[in-house]
Amino acid sequence: MFAEPWQAQAFALALTLSHEGHFSWKEWSTALAQEIRRAEARGEPNDGSRYYDRWLATLERLVTEKKLSTRPALRQRKAEWARAYRRTPHGRPVELAAAQPPARAGRAARPGHRPRR
Amino acid sequence: MPSDPTLRVKALESLLVEKGLVDRATVDALIDTYEHRVGPRNGARVVARAWADPEYRRRLLADADRAIAELGYGGMQGEHMVVVENTPRVHNLVVCTLCSCYPWPVLGLPPVWYKSAAYRSRAVIDPRGVLREFGVDLPDDVEVRVWDSTAEVRYLVLPERPARTEEWTEQQLAAIVTRDSMVGVARSPAPAGGRSA
Repeated sequence: MFAEPWQAQAFALALTLSHEGHFSWKEWSTALAQEIRRAEARGEPNDGSRYYDRWLATLERLVTEKKLSTRPALRQRKAEWARAYRRTPHGRPVELAAAQPPARAGRAARPGHRPRR
Repeated sequence: MPSDPTLRVKALESLLVEKGLVDRATVDALIDTYEHRVGPRNGARVVARAWADPEYRRRLLADADRAIAELGYGGMQGEHMVVVENTPRVHNLVVCTLCSCYPWPVLGLPPVWYKSAAYRSRAVIDPRGVLREFGVDLPDDVEVRVWDSTAEVRYLVLPERPARTEEWTEQQLAAIVTRDSMVGVARSPAPAGGRSA
């Protein structure tokens, strides 16, 4: 089972992208096996507890290799989410728009940008 | 502040959704399926049907994908399912040495130990030793067969039907089938009040 919500999201994103034909499941397994091997070679815990960390690393790798996004875009968006979390008062849903400077916040808050809680 | 992986997943998801590469509703539905609808109870129903209905058992061993689909279970990766049958002489054990492939549609998501390096490597090298750690001490005359799952083929063990369950309904049978017995790290489930065969 999933220990944290991000694991479920990473799991479902990989299945969905493969189902949509962005990579085959064989490509996925091969890449995941590589990530696991590398992590274990680096001496990281190999008791299965870090499985979804490797899953996520594989997802980022395939998404960039298949040119669905780029490393810089992922880094930038991650920083935006971190800003959004810092600026959102406790108990309120975190939205990406909160990461924007106030003048642009209204524009960025269009429905397509609205993150799930 | 959320964890680093949380932020990375949110970055991935929001970018992919914006580009129209994934649909958020589809992702949410999948999460719901794997968190609430899919689990070893599915596999237990397959096993119980095979115990109760010899004709179904024959179909299951001949073409697992079709027989499992008869009960309404199916995968999303187009993976191929193979069911291996335990007998008094043969015990089957399933592993994925490379990356923890697992028959999700019938067992849900794998337990942590299935993903550990210890299990992945030792199940092949020393299956009897691994089984002993799970509390299964097999007599020497029982052959152990180890099946290595891959992206294309996922194995499910059909455990032996426990003794003294002849009068049981399929539902009663399904209730005693455990996840571990379908992975092969446990012998036949024991009927309540009795011992396993």
